[in-house]
Amino acid sequence: MKEEVTLMKGNEAIAHAAVRYGVDGYFGYPITPQSEVLETLESLMPWETTGMVVLQAESEIASINMVYGGAATGKAVMTSSSSPGISLMLEGMSYIAASELPALVVNVMRGGPGLGTIHPSQSDYFQATKGGGHGDYHFIVLAPSTVQEMADFVGLGFDLAFKYRTPALLLADGIVGQMMEKVVLPPQRPRRTAEEIRSLCPWAADGQPEGRRPNVVTSLELDSAVMEKNNERFQQTYRLIEANEVRYDERLTDDCDFLIVAFGSIARICLKAIEDARAEGVKIGLLRPITLWPFPYDRIKELAGKTKGILVVELNAGQMIEDVRLAVEGRIPVCHFGRMGGIVPNPGEILEAFHESFK
Amino acid sequence: MKKEIIVAGFGGQGVLSMGKILAYAGLMDDLEVTWMPSYGPEQRGGTANVTVVLSDSPISSPVLDTYDTAVILNQQSLDKFESKVKPGGVLIYDPYGIHQKPTRADISVVPVEAMEAAIDLRNSKIYNMIVLGALLKVNPIVDIDSVMLGLKKALPERHHHLLPANRDAILKGMSLVADDCQ
Repeated sequence: MKEEVTLMKGNEAIAHAAVRYGVDGYFGYPITPQSEVLETLESLMPWETTGMVVLQAESEIASINMVYGGAATGKAVMTSSSSPGISLMLEGMSYIAASELPALVVNVMRGGPGLGTIHPSQSDYFQATKGGGHGDYHFIVLAPSTVQEMADFVGLGFDLAFKYRTPALLLADGIVGQMMEKVVLPPQRPRRTAEEIRSLCPWAADGQPEGRRPNVVTSLELDSAVMEKNNERFQQTYRLIEANEVRYDERLTDDCDFLIVAFGSIARICLKAIEDARAEGVKIGLLRPITLWPFPYDRIKELAGKTKGILVVELNAGQMIEDVRLAVEGRIPVCHFGRMGGIVPNPGEILEAFHESFK
Repeated sequence: MKKEIIVAGFGGQGVLSMGKILAYAGLMDDLEVTWMPSYGPEQRGGTANVTVVLSDSPISSPVLDTYDTAVILNQQSLDKFESKVKPGGVLIYDPYGIHQKPTRADISVVPVEAMEAAIDLRNSKIYNMIVLGALLKVNPIVDIDSVMLGLKKALPERHHHLLPANRDAILKGMSLVADDCQ
Protein backbone atom coordinates (compact mmCIF):
# COMPACT_ATOMS: atom_id res chain seq x y z
CA MET A 1 0.00 0.00 0.00
CA LYS A 2 1.28 3.45 -0.90
CA GLU A 3 1.97 5.59 2.13
CA GLU A 4 -0.61 8.26 2.75
CA VAL A 5 1.27 11.57 2.55
CA THR A 6 -0.59 14.64 3.72
CA LEU A 7 0.25 18.26 4.37
CA MET A 8 -0.61 19.64 7.78
CA LYS A 9 0.47 21.78 10.72
CA GLY A 10 2.41 20.22 13.57
CA ASN A 11 -0.48 20.85 15.94
CA GLU A 12 -2.89 19.12 13.57
CA ALA A 13 -0.48 16.18 13.27
CA ILE A 14 -0.57 15.72 17.06
CA ALA A 15 -4.37 15.51 16.99
CA HIS A 16 -4.45 13.03 14.10
CA ALA A 17 -1.70 10.92 15.65
CA ALA A 18 -3.58 10.80 18.97
CA VAL A 19 -6.68 9.39 17.30
CA ARG A 20 -4.58 6.95 15.27
CA TYR A 21 -2.75 5.71 18.39
CA GLY A 22 -6.07 4.81 19.97
CA VAL A 23 -5.90 7.43 22.73
CA ASP A 24 -8.83 7.12 25.14
CA GLY A 25 -9.16 10.71 26.20
CA TYR A 26 -7.94 14.25 25.52
CA PHE A 27 -8.66 17.01 28.03
CA GLY A 28 -7.48 20.53 27.24
CA TYR A 29 -8.04 24.24 27.22
CA PRO A 30 -7.25 26.52 24.25
CA ILE A 31 -4.13 28.68 24.14
CA THR A 32 -2.08 30.00 21.21
CA PRO A 33 0.06 28.59 19.61
CA GLN A 34 -1.41 25.11 20.17
CA SER A 35 -5.17 25.63 19.90
CA GLU A 36 -5.30 23.61 16.66
CA VAL A 37 -4.72 20.42 18.70
CA LEU A 38 -8.12 20.74 20.39
CA GLU A 39 -9.75 22.28 17.29
CA THR A 40 -8.58 19.42 15.06
CA LEU A 41 -9.71 16.79 17.57
CA GLU A 42 -13.15 18.43 17.74
CA SER A 43 -13.39 18.42 13.93
CA LEU A 44 -12.26 14.79 13.68
CA MET A 45 -15.04 13.79 16.13
CA PRO A 46 -13.22 10.60 17.21
CA TRP A 47 -15.93 9.87 19.78
CA GLU A 48 -17.97 8.64 16.81
CA THR A 49 -15.22 6.39 15.44
CA THR A 50 -12.76 5.10 18.03
CA GLY A 51 -14.79 6.22 21.03
CA MET A 52 -12.06 8.65 22.16
CA VAL A 53 -13.26 11.33 24.56
CA VAL A 54 -12.37 14.92 23.60
CA LEU A 55 -13.24 17.44 26.25
CA GLN A 56 -12.62 21.16 26.55
CA ALA A 57 -12.25 21.58 30.28
CA GLU A 58 -12.91 24.80 32.18
CA SER A 59 -9.21 25.41 32.78
CA GLU A 60 -5.74 23.93 32.51
CA ILE A 61 -5.91 22.85 36.14
CA ALA A 62 -9.10 20.91 35.47
CA SER A 63 -7.54 19.41 32.31
CA ILE A 64 -4.48 17.99 34.04
CA ASN A 65 -6.55 16.59 36.89
CA MET A 66 -8.85 14.88 34.38
CA VAL A 67 -5.69 13.39 32.87
CA TYR A 68 -4.64 12.29 36.37
CA GLY A 69 -7.98 10.58 36.91
CA GLY A 70 -8.06 8.96 33.49
CA ALA A 71 -4.48 7.73 33.75
CA ALA A 72 -5.22 6.17 37.15
CA THR A 73 -7.68 3.84 35.42
CA GLY A 74 -5.01 2.67 32.94
CA LYS A 75 -6.45 4.61 30.01
CA ALA A 76 -4.21 6.36 27.46
CA VAL A 77 -4.97 10.01 28.17
CA MET A 78 -3.35 13.31 27.27
CA THR A 79 -3.53 17.08 27.35
CA SER A 80 -1.84 19.89 25.50
CA SER A 81 -1.15 23.51 26.27
CA SER A 82 1.42 26.25 25.88
CA SER A 83 3.85 27.67 28.41
CA PRO A 84 1.59 29.67 30.81
CA GLY A 85 -0.95 26.85 30.69
CA ILE A 86 1.72 24.27 31.52
CA SER A 87 2.75 26.35 34.54
CA LEU A 88 -0.82 25.98 35.80
CA MET A 89 -0.61 22.20 35.30
CA LEU A 90 2.62 21.63 37.23
CA GLU A 91 0.99 20.58 40.49
CA GLY A 92 -1.00 17.90 38.66
CA MET A 93 2.07 16.82 36.70
CA SER A 94 3.99 16.26 39.93
CA TYR A 95 1.09 14.19 41.30
CA ILE A 96 0.92 12.11 38.10
CA ALA A 97 4.67 11.41 38.26
CA ALA A 98 4.46 10.58 41.97
CA SER A 99 1.57 8.20 41.31
CA GLU A 100 3.67 6.45 38.63
CA LEU A 101 1.07 6.97 35.95
CA PRO A 102 1.57 6.93 32.18
CA ALA A 103 0.21 10.01 30.41
CA LEU A 104 1.19 12.44 27.67
CA VAL A 105 1.44 16.21 28.09
CA VAL A 106 2.18 18.42 25.07
CA ASN A 107 3.76 21.86 25.52
CA VAL A 108 3.92 23.98 22.36
CA MET A 109 6.14 26.65 23.89
CA ARG A 110 5.65 30.40 23.57
CA GLY A 111 7.78 33.24 24.87
CA GLY A 112 7.72 33.94 28.59
CA PRO A 113 8.00 34.64 31.42
CA GLY A 114 4.48 35.47 32.55
CA LEU A 115 1.80 35.69 29.91
CA GLY A 116 4.65 36.72 27.58
CA THR A 117 4.04 36.46 23.88
CA ILE A 118 2.32 34.01 21.55
CA HIS A 119 5.45 33.64 19.43
CA PRO A 120 7.89 30.70 19.45
CA SER A 121 10.28 30.09 22.32
CA GLN A 122 12.19 27.33 24.08
CA SER A 123 12.30 28.98 27.47
CA ASP A 124 10.57 26.09 29.26
CA TYR A 125 13.60 23.77 29.00
CA PHE A 126 14.37 24.06 32.72
CA GLN A 127 10.71 23.59 33.64
CA ALA A 128 10.43 20.52 31.40
CA THR A 129 13.68 18.77 32.30
CA LYS A 130 14.42 19.81 35.87
CA GLY A 131 11.04 19.20 37.40
CA GLY A 132 8.89 22.29 37.25
CA GLY A 133 6.55 20.94 39.86
CA HIS A 134 7.73 19.99 43.34
CA GLY A 135 9.63 16.88 44.33
CA ASP A 136 12.26 14.62 42.77
CA TYR A 137 10.47 13.57 39.61
CA HIS A 138 10.97 13.49 35.85
CA PHE A 139 8.85 13.41 32.77
CA ILE A 140 10.41 11.73 29.71
CA VAL A 141 10.89 14.80 27.50
CA LEU A 142 10.75 14.44 23.70
CA ALA A 143 11.61 17.41 21.46
CA PRO A 144 10.23 17.17 17.90
CA SER A 145 11.75 19.26 15.10
CA THR A 146 9.49 18.27 12.21
CA VAL A 147 5.78 17.80 11.69
CA GLN A 148 6.51 14.11 11.15
CA GLU A 149 8.09 13.93 14.60
CA MET A 150 5.10 15.75 16.09
CA ALA A 151 3.02 12.82 14.83
CA ASP A 152 5.54 10.08 15.67
CA PHE A 153 6.32 11.27 19.19
CA VAL A 154 2.69 10.99 20.30
CA GLY A 155 2.93 7.22 19.89
CA LEU A 156 6.51 7.08 21.17
CA GLY A 157 5.58 9.19 24.19
CA PHE A 158 2.69 6.91 25.13
CA ASP A 159 4.73 3.74 24.52
CA LEU A 160 7.54 4.96 26.79
CA ALA A 161 5.08 6.25 29.38
CA PHE A 162 3.36 2.87 29.65
CA LYS A 163 6.65 0.95 29.51
CA TYR A 164 8.11 2.83 32.49
CA ARG A 165 4.93 4.05 34.23
CA THR A 166 6.45 7.50 33.84
CA PRO A 167 4.60 10.36 32.12
CA ALA A 168 5.97 11.81 28.88
CA LEU A 169 6.18 15.43 27.82
CA LEU A 170 6.26 16.41 24.17
CA LEU A 171 8.17 19.71 24.20
CA ALA A 172 7.52 21.53 20.93
CA ASP A 173 7.47 25.23 20.07
CA GLY A 174 5.37 27.67 18.06
CA ILE A 175 7.41 27.06 14.90
CA VAL A 176 6.86 23.34 14.58
CA GLY A 177 3.31 23.71 15.93
CA GLN A 178 2.29 26.28 13.32
CA MET A 179 4.30 25.24 10.26
CA MET A 180 2.98 22.83 7.65
CA GLU A 181 4.94 20.10 5.98
CA LYS A 182 4.47 16.59 4.69
CA VAL A 183 3.59 13.89 7.15
CA VAL A 184 2.80 10.19 7.00
CA LEU A 185 0.37 9.36 9.77
CA PRO A 186 0.65 6.07 11.66
CA PRO A 187 -1.94 3.37 10.93
CA GLN A 188 -5.18 3.46 12.92
CA ARG A 189 -5.05 1.30 16.03
CA PRO A 190 -8.07 0.34 18.07
CA ARG A 191 -8.28 1.65 21.61
CA ARG A 192 -7.21 -0.90 24.21
CA THR A 193 -9.95 -3.15 25.50
CA ALA A 194 -10.71 -3.45 29.22
CA GLU A 195 -8.93 -6.85 29.22
CA GLU A 196 -5.85 -5.41 27.50
CA ILE A 197 -5.73 -2.55 30.00
CA ARG A 198 -6.04 -5.00 32.89
CA SER A 199 -3.12 -7.08 31.65
CA LEU A 200 -0.95 -4.07 30.69
CA CYS A 201 -1.79 -2.07 33.83
CA PRO A 202 -2.38 -4.46 36.73
CA TRP A 203 -2.07 -1.42 39.02
CA ALA A 204 -5.02 0.42 37.43
CA ALA A 205 -7.91 1.58 39.61
CA ASP A 206 -10.44 0.21 37.17
CA GLY A 207 -13.03 -1.34 39.45
CA GLN A 208 -12.29 -4.26 41.72
CA PRO A 209 -12.63 -7.66 40.07
CA GLU A 210 -13.40 -10.61 42.33
CA GLY A 211 -10.41 -12.11 44.03
CA ARG A 212 -8.20 -9.03 43.70
CA ARG A 213 -7.37 -6.57 46.43
CA PRO A 214 -8.32 -2.95 45.71
CA ASN A 215 -5.80 -0.97 43.67
CA VAL A 216 -5.08 2.39 45.24
CA VAL A 217 -3.49 5.17 43.19
CA THR A 218 -2.20 8.04 45.30
CA SER A 219 0.81 10.28 45.71
CA LEU A 220 0.25 10.67 49.46
CA GLU A 221 2.33 8.62 51.92
CA LEU A 222 2.63 9.92 55.47
CA ASP A 223 5.03 7.20 56.60
CA SER A 224 8.42 8.71 55.77
CA ALA A 225 10.17 5.35 55.61
CA VAL A 226 7.69 4.17 52.97
CA MET A 227 7.86 7.51 51.15
CA GLU A 228 11.64 7.21 50.93
CA LYS A 229 11.24 3.70 49.49
CA ASN A 230 8.78 5.15 46.95
CA ASN A 231 11.33 7.78 45.99
CA GLU A 232 14.04 5.13 45.65
CA ARG A 233 11.76 3.20 43.30
CA PHE A 234 11.14 6.33 41.20
CA GLN A 235 14.88 6.93 41.00
CA GLN A 236 15.53 3.33 39.94
CA THR A 237 13.06 3.81 37.11
CA TYR A 238 14.78 7.06 36.12
CA ARG A 239 18.21 5.35 36.05
CA LEU A 240 16.72 2.66 33.80
CA ILE A 241 15.28 5.29 31.45
CA GLU A 242 18.63 7.11 31.41
CA ALA A 243 20.36 3.86 30.47
CA ASN A 244 17.92 2.81 27.75
CA GLU A 245 16.12 5.74 26.21
CA VAL A 246 18.59 8.49 25.29
CA ARG A 247 17.84 9.60 21.75
CA TYR A 248 19.55 12.15 19.50
CA ASP A 249 20.06 13.01 15.86
CA GLU A 250 23.49 13.78 14.43
CA ARG A 251 24.38 15.55 11.19
CA LEU A 252 27.80 16.07 9.61
CA THR A 253 29.68 15.15 12.78
CA ASP A 254 32.10 12.72 11.08
CA ASP A 255 34.59 15.40 10.10
CA CYS A 256 33.48 18.43 12.09
CA ASP A 257 35.86 20.88 13.77
CA PHE A 258 33.07 22.56 15.70
CA LEU A 259 29.69 21.44 16.96
CA ILE A 260 26.32 23.13 17.26
CA VAL A 261 23.94 21.65 19.83
CA ALA A 262 20.30 22.66 19.39
CA PHE A 263 16.92 21.02 19.91
CA GLY A 264 13.51 21.24 18.27
CA SER A 265 12.78 23.45 15.30
CA ILE A 266 15.75 25.76 15.92
CA ALA A 267 18.04 22.78 15.16
CA ARG A 268 16.76 22.92 11.58
CA ILE A 269 17.64 26.59 11.24
CA CYS A 270 21.09 25.69 12.61
CA LEU A 271 21.41 22.95 9.99
CA LYS A 272 20.87 25.51 7.25
CA ALA A 273 23.53 27.73 8.87
CA ILE A 274 25.84 24.69 8.95
CA GLU A 275 25.21 24.02 5.25
CA ASP A 276 26.09 27.64 4.50
CA ALA A 277 29.23 27.40 6.67
CA ARG A 278 30.36 24.26 4.85
CA ALA A 279 30.04 26.16 1.57
CA GLU A 280 32.62 28.57 3.08
CA GLY A 281 34.83 25.64 4.14
CA VAL A 282 34.01 25.79 7.86
CA LYS A 283 33.24 22.30 9.14
CA ILE A 284 30.49 22.38 11.74
CA GLY A 285 28.40 19.39 12.83
CA LEU A 286 25.01 19.27 14.53
CA LEU A 287 23.89 17.29 17.52
CA ARG A 288 20.17 17.52 18.18
CA PRO A 289 19.02 15.96 21.43
CA ILE A 290 15.65 14.26 20.81
CA THR A 291 15.20 13.28 24.44
CA LEU A 292 15.93 16.34 26.59
CA TRP A 293 15.50 14.11 29.60
CA PRO A 294 17.27 11.74 29.55
CA PHE A 295 19.93 14.02 28.05
CA PRO A 296 22.66 12.68 25.70
CA TYR A 297 25.55 13.59 28.03
CA ASP A 298 27.75 10.70 26.91
CA ARG A 299 27.58 11.43 23.19
CA ILE A 300 28.26 15.13 23.71
CA LYS A 301 31.22 14.21 25.90
CA GLU A 302 32.59 12.00 23.10
CA LEU A 303 32.11 14.70 20.49
CA ALA A 304 33.76 17.26 22.78
CA GLY A 305 36.86 15.08 22.58
CA LYS A 306 37.19 15.63 18.84
CA THR A 307 35.98 19.20 18.34
CA LYS A 308 37.42 22.63 19.16
CA GLY A 309 34.30 24.30 20.47
CA ILE A 310 30.54 24.01 20.87
CA LEU A 311 27.88 26.61 20.19
CA VAL A 312 24.55 25.96 21.91
CA VAL A 313 21.68 27.67 20.09
CA GLU A 314 18.35 28.04 21.89
CA LEU A 315 15.30 30.28 21.86
CA ASN A 316 16.04 31.31 25.44
CA ALA A 317 18.67 33.00 27.60
CA GLY A 318 20.74 29.82 28.01
CA GLN A 319 19.16 26.76 29.59
CA MET A 320 20.22 23.57 27.79
CA ILE A 321 23.76 24.99 27.74
CA GLU A 322 24.04 23.98 31.41
CA ASP A 323 23.57 20.32 30.48
CA VAL A 324 25.99 20.65 27.56
CA ARG A 325 28.59 22.13 29.95
CA LEU A 326 28.06 19.27 32.38
CA ALA A 327 28.78 16.86 29.54
CA VAL A 328 31.85 18.74 28.29
CA GLU A 329 33.38 19.12 31.78
CA GLY A 330 35.27 22.26 30.78
CA ARG A 331 37.46 20.59 28.16
CA ILE A 332 36.51 22.89 25.28
CA PRO A 333 34.79 26.27 25.10
CA VAL A 334 30.99 26.12 25.13
CA CYS A 335 29.29 29.32 23.93
CA HIS A 336 25.65 30.28 23.70
CA PHE A 337 23.50 32.08 21.18
CA GLY A 338 19.86 32.71 21.93
CA ARG A 339 16.98 34.95 21.03
CA MET A 340 14.12 35.55 23.43
CA GLY A 341 10.60 36.83 23.62
CA GLY A 342 9.34 35.11 20.48
CA ILE A 343 12.10 36.27 18.10
CA VAL A 344 13.39 33.52 15.80
CA PRO A 345 16.90 34.00 14.39
CA ASN A 346 17.53 33.24 10.74
CA PRO A 347 20.42 31.06 9.55
CA GLY A 348 22.64 34.07 8.78
CA GLU A 349 22.36 35.37 12.33
CA ILE A 350 23.32 31.97 13.73
CA LEU A 351 26.35 31.73 11.48
CA GLU A 352 27.40 35.24 12.50
CA ALA A 353 27.06 34.25 16.16
CA PHE A 354 29.21 31.19 15.48
CA HIS A 355 31.98 33.28 13.90
CA GLU A 356 31.74 35.80 16.75
CA SER A 357 32.07 32.97 19.31
CA PHE A 358 35.04 31.23 17.73
CA LYS A 359 36.99 33.97 15.92
CA MET B 1 15.62 22.05 -7.46
CA LYS B 2 14.88 24.28 -4.53
CA LYS B 3 12.60 27.33 -4.49
CA GLU B 4 12.53 29.69 -1.54
CA ILE B 5 9.55 32.02 -1.68
CA ILE B 6 8.06 34.66 0.58
CA VAL B 7 4.57 36.07 0.18
CA ALA B 8 3.89 39.19 2.25
CA GLY B 9 1.09 41.72 2.57
CA PHE B 10 -1.82 42.70 4.79
CA GLY B 11 -3.74 40.15 6.84
CA GLY B 12 -6.92 39.37 4.89
CA GLN B 13 -5.35 39.64 1.43
CA GLY B 14 -5.03 35.88 1.25
CA VAL B 15 -1.28 35.77 1.77
CA LEU B 16 -1.29 32.63 3.94
CA SER B 17 -3.84 30.88 1.68
CA MET B 18 -1.78 31.64 -1.39
CA GLY B 19 1.23 30.09 0.30
CA LYS B 20 -0.88 27.12 1.28
CA ILE B 21 -2.02 26.57 -2.31
CA LEU B 22 1.61 26.69 -3.47
CA ALA B 23 2.49 24.15 -0.78
CA TYR B 24 -0.35 21.84 -1.80
CA ALA B 25 0.68 22.15 -5.45
CA GLY B 26 4.20 21.15 -4.39
CA LEU B 27 2.74 18.14 -2.59
CA MET B 28 0.94 17.14 -5.81
CA ASP B 29 4.29 17.33 -7.63
CA ASP B 30 5.91 15.03 -5.00
CA LEU B 31 8.18 17.83 -3.76
CA GLU B 32 9.32 18.38 -0.19
CA VAL B 33 7.43 21.33 1.24
CA THR B 34 7.58 23.66 4.24
CA TRP B 35 5.02 26.41 4.93
CA MET B 36 5.94 28.74 7.77
CA PRO B 37 3.39 31.47 8.53
CA SER B 38 3.48 34.52 10.69
CA TYR B 39 0.72 33.77 13.14
CA GLY B 40 -1.16 35.75 15.73
CA PRO B 41 -2.23 39.39 15.71
CA GLU B 42 -0.85 40.12 12.25
CA GLN B 43 -3.23 37.56 10.77
CA ARG B 44 -6.07 39.72 12.01
CA GLY B 45 -5.28 42.92 10.16
CA GLY B 46 -1.59 43.84 10.41
CA THR B 47 1.09 42.64 8.04
CA ALA B 48 1.20 38.91 7.38
CA ASN B 49 3.73 36.78 5.61
CA VAL B 50 4.46 33.17 4.80
CA THR B 51 7.68 31.45 3.76
CA VAL B 52 7.22 28.51 1.40
CA VAL B 53 10.08 26.21 0.44
CA LEU B 54 9.64 23.66 -2.34
CA SER B 55 12.49 21.25 -2.97
CA ASP B 56 13.27 17.86 -4.47
CA SER B 57 15.53 17.09 -1.47
CA PRO B 58 14.85 17.30 2.29
CA ILE B 59 14.45 20.87 3.57
CA SER B 60 16.47 21.92 6.60
CA SER B 61 15.22 25.31 7.71
CA PRO B 62 11.70 26.65 7.26
CA VAL B 63 13.06 30.09 8.28
CA LEU B 64 15.32 31.91 5.80
CA ASP B 65 17.51 35.01 5.37
CA THR B 66 16.98 35.50 1.65
CA TYR B 67 14.52 34.37 -0.98
CA ASP B 68 14.54 33.41 -4.67
CA THR B 69 11.16 35.01 -5.12
CA ALA B 70 9.29 37.61 -3.09
CA VAL B 71 5.61 38.37 -3.70
CA ILE B 72 4.88 41.72 -2.09
CA LEU B 73 1.43 43.18 -1.59
CA ASN B 74 1.94 46.27 0.56
CA GLN B 75 4.48 49.02 1.27
CA GLN B 76 5.53 47.73 4.70
CA SER B 77 6.39 44.35 3.23
CA LEU B 78 8.25 45.94 0.33
CA ASP B 79 10.33 47.98 2.78
CA LYS B 80 11.08 44.86 4.78
CA PHE B 81 11.75 42.29 2.07
CA GLU B 82 13.13 44.07 -1.03
CA SER B 83 16.66 43.73 0.32
CA LYS B 84 16.09 40.04 1.10
CA VAL B 85 15.69 38.92 -2.51
CA LYS B 86 18.74 37.00 -3.72
CA PRO B 87 20.71 38.72 -6.53
CA GLY B 88 19.18 37.47 -9.77
CA GLY B 89 15.93 36.69 -7.97
CA VAL B 90 12.43 37.92 -8.63
CA LEU B 91 10.31 40.53 -6.86
CA ILE B 92 6.66 40.58 -7.85
CA TYR B 93 4.62 43.42 -6.38
CA ASP B 94 1.22 45.01 -6.71
CA PRO B 95 1.67 48.78 -7.29
CA TYR B 96 -1.72 49.44 -5.64
CA GLY B 97 -0.98 51.54 -2.54
CA ILE B 98 2.79 51.50 -3.16
CA HIS B 99 4.26 55.00 -2.96
CA GLN B 100 7.94 54.06 -2.94
CA LYS B 101 8.69 51.65 -5.73
CA PRO B 102 11.41 49.00 -5.54
CA THR B 103 14.79 50.28 -6.65
CA ARG B 104 17.03 47.23 -6.99
CA ALA B 105 18.59 46.69 -10.39
CA ASP B 106 20.16 43.27 -9.73
CA ILE B 107 16.81 41.43 -9.55
CA SER B 108 13.80 41.14 -11.84
CA VAL B 109 11.09 43.49 -10.60
CA VAL B 110 7.65 42.66 -11.96
CA PRO B 111 4.71 44.95 -11.17
CA VAL B 112 1.35 43.16 -11.34
CA GLU B 113 -1.82 45.23 -11.17
CA ALA B 114 -3.79 42.53 -9.43
CA MET B 115 -5.92 44.83 -7.27
CA GLU B 116 -7.06 46.72 -10.37
CA ALA B 117 -7.90 43.40 -12.01
CA ALA B 118 -9.86 42.21 -8.97
CA ILE B 119 -11.79 45.52 -8.94
CA ASP B 120 -12.54 45.12 -12.66
CA LEU B 121 -13.83 41.62 -11.99
CA ARG B 122 -15.82 42.93 -8.98
CA ASN B 123 -14.49 40.08 -6.87
CA SER B 124 -12.04 40.91 -4.09
CA LYS B 125 -11.95 37.29 -2.89
CA ILE B 126 -9.99 36.05 -5.90
CA TYR B 127 -7.29 38.71 -5.47
CA ASN B 128 -4.69 36.28 -4.18
CA MET B 129 -5.36 33.85 -7.02
CA ILE B 130 -4.69 36.61 -9.56
CA VAL B 131 -1.38 37.25 -7.80
CA LEU B 132 -0.65 33.51 -7.81
CA GLY B 133 -1.30 33.42 -11.56
CA ALA B 134 1.20 36.22 -12.07
CA LEU B 135 3.77 34.39 -9.93
CA LEU B 136 3.31 31.18 -11.91
CA LYS B 137 3.76 33.05 -15.20
CA VAL B 138 7.00 34.65 -14.02
CA ASN B 139 8.23 31.55 -12.27
CA PRO B 140 6.52 28.30 -13.27
CA ILE B 141 7.44 26.53 -10.02
CA VAL B 142 4.42 24.27 -10.29
CA ASP B 143 1.95 23.96 -13.15
CA ILE B 144 -1.63 25.14 -13.06
CA ASP B 145 -3.00 21.58 -13.04
CA SER B 146 -1.07 20.82 -9.84
CA VAL B 147 -2.42 24.04 -8.35
CA MET B 148 -5.98 23.05 -9.20
CA LEU B 149 -5.42 19.56 -7.77
CA GLY B 150 -3.92 21.07 -4.64
CA LEU B 151 -6.82 23.48 -4.33
CA LYS B 152 -9.27 20.64 -4.67
CA LYS B 153 -7.49 18.82 -1.85
CA ALA B 154 -7.27 21.92 0.35
CA LEU B 155 -10.88 23.07 -0.08
CA PRO B 156 -13.82 21.32 1.53
CA GLU B 157 -16.16 19.77 -1.04
CA ARG B 158 -18.91 22.33 -0.45
CA HIS B 159 -16.61 24.97 -1.98
CA HIS B 160 -15.65 22.94 -5.07
CA HIS B 161 -18.09 24.91 -7.27
CA LEU B 162 -15.67 27.83 -6.84
CA LEU B 163 -12.79 25.97 -8.52
CA PRO B 164 -13.50 27.33 -12.05
CA ALA B 165 -13.56 30.93 -10.75
CA ASN B 166 -10.17 30.30 -9.13
CA ARG B 167 -8.77 28.87 -12.33
CA ASP B 168 -10.03 31.91 -14.26
CA ALA B 169 -8.38 34.20 -11.72
CA ILE B 170 -5.05 32.39 -12.10
CA LEU B 171 -5.30 32.74 -15.90
CA LYS B 172 -6.18 36.42 -15.47
CA GLY B 173 -3.08 36.88 -13.33
CA MET B 174 -0.96 35.15 -15.95
CA SER B 175 -2.31 37.49 -18.61
CA LEU B 176 -1.19 40.52 -16.56
CA VAL B 177 2.47 39.57 -16.97
CA ALA B 178 4.20 40.30 -20.27
CA ASP B 179 5.61 37.22 -22.00
CA ASP B 180 9.19 38.54 -21.78
CA CYS B 181 9.02 38.55 -17.97
CA GLN B 182 9.13 34.78 -17.79
